[in-house]
Amino acid sequence: MAVTAHAKLDARALRRDFPIFEQEMHGKPLAYLDSANSSQKPRQVLDAVDRFYETSYANVHRAVHLLGERATSALEHARVRVRELLNAPDAREVIFVRNATEGINLVAYSWGLNNLGPGDAVVVTELEHHSNFVPWQYIARRQGAEFLMLTIDENGDPDLSELEAVARDHTVKVVATNLVSNSLGTIHDLAPLVSWAHEQGAIFVCDAAQAAPHMKVDVRAIGADFVAISGHKMCGPSGIGALWGRGELLRAMEPFLLGGHMINSVRVDKTTWGELPHKFEAGTSPIAEAVGLGAAVDYLEAVGLDAIEAHEHELAAYALGRLAEVPGITLYGPPAERRAGVVSFNLGDIHPHDVAQILDLQGVAIRAGHHCCQPLMQKLGVAATNRASFYLYTLPEEIDQLVDGLHAVRKVFA
Amino acid sequence: MSDPALESLYREVILDHYKNPRGHGVIEDADAEAEGQNPLCGDEVSVYVAFGEDGETIDDVKFSGRGCAISQAATSMLMEMTKGRTAQQVAELDKEELLAEIGVPLTPVRLKCAMLGLTTLKVALHKAKGTPLPEGLAGFDDLELT
Repeated sequence: MAVTAHAKLDARALRRDFPIFEQEMHGKPLAYLDSANSSQKPRQVLDAVDRFYETSYANVHRAVHLLGERATSALEHARVRVRELLNAPDAREVIFVRNATEGINLVAYSWGLNNLGPGDAVVVTELEHHSNFVPWQYIARRQGAEFLMLTIDENGDPDLSELEAVARDHTVKVVATNLVSNSLGTIHDLAPLVSWAHEQGAIFVCDAAQAAPHMKVDVRAIGADFVAISGHKMCGPSGIGALWGRGELLRAMEPFLLGGHMINSVRVDKTTWGELPHKFEAGTSPIAEAVGLGAAVDYLEAVGLDAIEAHEHELAAYALGRLAEVPGITLYGPPAERRAGVVSFNLGDIHPHDVAQILDLQGVAIRAGHHCCQPLMQKLGVAATNRASFYLYTLPEEIDQLVDGLHAVRKVFA
Repeated sequence: MSDPALESLYREVILDHYKNPRGHGVIEDADAEAEGQNPLCGDEVSVYVAFGEDGETIDDVKFSGRGCAISQAATSMLMEMTKGRTAQQVAELDKEELLAEIGVPLTPVRLKCAMLGLTTLKVALHKAKGTPLPEGLAGFDDLELT
């Protein structure tokens, strides 16, 4: 990967945009290594949300007054920014949802309930976040369809040699995988799976929640039919995400949530659905949150997604090198050049909860647990792992602080 | 250890129970048993109870499973605390009594770790003897009641 070709970002300068770093934790500098769980928010996003509430807030799409117009225009501007970020053909194909989980549930319910049946199969991988696993497992079972899981190797790559048997024995209707793994950090080359899915006549659903914060996600280049992202992982507010779907599929689908705003006309004998995207946005939207997401897109594009990706590869390489110095450590996942800023590890047989708690007392915030990836944990033969994850504001000395902390953990359990 | 917060949480008695758990193992043909999981971190505990001749007094109690130091040490302490008590007494055992035994300040997340063994034991007794279920069971969505 031509990392050196990209403009470098200045993490130290960017860090000053994030007010949360102005405080200490337990009297120690904060090393926030939990960005894959949720990212911190820059002043630019916080200000955009405040400004919107202070000057332009009203409900959208229905008020005649000027504030209503301003609010609607701010919401729709955010939709256009998300369309541009994802290189989607049409802003009407961008549906605002709470998060990627809700986006995938929308597809599973609205598409799955009308297109899946006995003899059909949904294919996921062993590396899915529960958000792209459990909805498919549930809807497949409800429809009497098969739910199949491709096994992965130690890098997190699915075993494509299993595809032939899957195609022989099943009518594959859905293939659902992540673009970047939240637990191993693996950046996938989805092209072979996308082509295979389309050869089967299946739809391809891409969970891009962990990819969108870190690299350019181009829905046309991926060739997917649905792509879901979460705002909170990419410097945006919590409670807002987006689902992009192919217009012809979205138009043919039944709605997911029903109620206000998503209708064309309502009569006691028949209700007709609104046009895209409204058909899928029942009730009052998280308006200010969407405005915040639009501001987050502005922020990420100003920093440069190429520069963010390069910064994370550098940090991942540095972290893998430094962590390997810690006696008794087990590192999981692919080599640095194939991973986003995520490093999962275990320290001997010390439980990740204990590791994370001792690190916390030293100002180091990491995730400990199953990362909503219990099938992966079963594969690795562990109950849980520790995960350190990095973002555009992460500094190498935070990784040093982590390594020092791990030595302290070893001392406690010596 | 020089950090006072660290020293107080991972004090010696916790580490001792974690490294040398009391009552660790399985009772074959147990009179009562249950399996508990903490969905937050994947900690798992199974408890096994054998009653004495009166059918009420806990003659032996053991646990197996895996988890963090807090969950395993607390369950280990619980084994020592409950042996010789009746099912009804254990069902009524106040969590504060166990917390006093643990004797370290716990954050809400770690409190769930500490309570896993006690909750699971109360579920086992409930299944075998119909004693009351523990308070706050709602927090343990994955507890297998069957």
